[in-house]
Amino acid sequence: MIIDDFILRALIAGILVAVAAGPLGCFVVWRRMAYFGDATAHAAILGVALALAFDVSVFAGTLATALAMAVIVAALAGRGWAMDTTLGVLAHSALALGLVAVSFLPGVRVDLTAYLFGDILTVTTADLWVMAAGAGLVLGLLIWRWEGLLTTTISEDLALSLGMNPARERLILTLALAVTVAVGLKVVGALLIAAMLIVPPASARVFSRSPEVMAVASVILAVLAVIVGLVASLQLDTPTGPSIVTAAAAFFAGFLALGAVMRVVKAARTGRG
Amino acid sequence: MTEPLIRAEGLTVAYGRAAPVLRHVNFTLNPGEIVTIVGPNGSGKSTLVRALLGMIKPASGTVTQARGLAIGYVPQKLHLDPNLPLTVARFLRLNRRLSDVQVTALLARTGVPELAQRELATLSGGQFQRVLLARALAGNPQILVLDEPTQGLDQPGTAAFYRLIEDVRREIGCAVLSVSHDLHVVMSASDRVICLNGHICCEGTPSVVSNAPEYRALFGLGTGGALALYQHHHDHGADHPEHTHEHSHEHSEACDHDH
Repeated sequence: MIIDDFILRALIAGILVAVAAGPLGCFVVWRRMAYFGDATAHAAILGVALALAFDVSVFAGTLATALAMAVIVAALAGRGWAMDTTLGVLAHSALALGLVAVSFLPGVRVDLTAYLFGDILTVTTADLWVMAAGAGLVLGLLIWRWEGLLTTTISEDLALSLGMNPARERLILTLALAVTVAVGLKVVGALLIAAMLIVPPASARVFSRSPEVMAVASVILAVLAVIVGLVASLQLDTPTGPSIVTAAAAFFAGFLALGAVMRVVKAARTGRG
Repeated sequence: MTEPLIRAEGLTVAYGRAAPVLRHVNFTLNPGEIVTIVGPNGSGKSTLVRALLGMIKPASGTVTQARGLAIGYVPQKLHLDPNLPLTVARFLRLNRRLSDVQVTALLARTGVPELAQRELATLSGGQFQRVLLARALAGNPQILVLDEPTQGLDQPGTAAFYRLIEDVRREIGCAVLSVSHDLHVVMSASDRVICLNGHICCEGTPSVVSNAPEYRALFGLGTGGALALYQHHHDHGADHPEHTHEHSHEHSEACDHDH
């Protein structure tokens, strides 16, 4: 069977998102930034509206609003606000504002589902280049700053005592998050980007013994979810973005069950020996 | 006289626009010295340590560290997310190159050689502190800095940890700067105890207090002499202008408590 070009492009787009979201998602999980990811992703819808209104590229608009949201949230985080509530307010307000803004666009019937849940099958070659640049930037930043990011995540005091700058490391994660949202918008959409950040690392955690293994395993699991989700959506004629996330969630459930079984087996063995 | 490891002069530290946490602190730490900082919560103990280590910038005053000072820092208990898989060995190797032999030796030195492959998040409080200490020792420090190292440990655990610090210090001859929020528990080997409450209230040796029979009876031999009581009647309020410190007052400036 010859793979159609649009399927190949979709596959590459999905893999690019997986490559950025895997290691970044690990930090989102370790630093409990899940809601932070949501807020940043939801702001992307506002970016879509602005991009269409001012006739600039959706990628640029999304990147700008996601970055603005990420910076606002990061600034509030530094001031000891109750983050849970603040983030909840920001995440949902951004989404609602974005949806309202889109409805104001004159003469355009914008297909909102494409931006909310992704539209991976319409990815163009030009899109792929932009996404590759974004994913490459995120991956490069994370690899370059890995030790500093990890130390800051473990203890900001420890990082400070080693002469590191935790504020800079946080800024790098904020930037990486905004870029990842912009990269992932067309693949899984604003509502499900956070899932690509959190679900693969959560699955990888079950069997990972080091941060590096968890990051690499997250990428592999995310890529597998993209492949399985894409194939399933073509076979079953289901929406592709949600199918990818469903595949990732199925992996998570599988690994969780496997982990539980392994613990029981291990306990039984040590009990006997 | 040898050059001090750390010297602070007129140190004032403030967070944002709030009133300063520390005011005009003068402090000197000499090589090999054991100094314990005690004070109530919010008295600026951790702030002083952070300023001395260069982790925060003072609003005014200066901090001078000896050239090339090797510091072993034991932070307050970490809040590690259990989703972060990190073995003890990997933790010791953060930003540091250590061979397997060195990792084993460090953990053996702090009494937990069996923990190398355990995950950090699964350790007990006592084990965790020993791993943090092992990490601090990795750089052959001239000074060991411990910020409330026994937080969350029970009394035998606290005593054992302080005994370990004393052993380590005897071996490598480093200075020890530790912080305790418990006004009554400090290392008996302390050369100086500094009482902090926004400024240095007073300082003195703990031996006078630790030799008192009523305190011996309280802690007894159970602590192996590692702990001493440092009595401090911290009740000099508005209607108690006179101080009742039972230790030598070595400074001339008056204690101006503003509560």
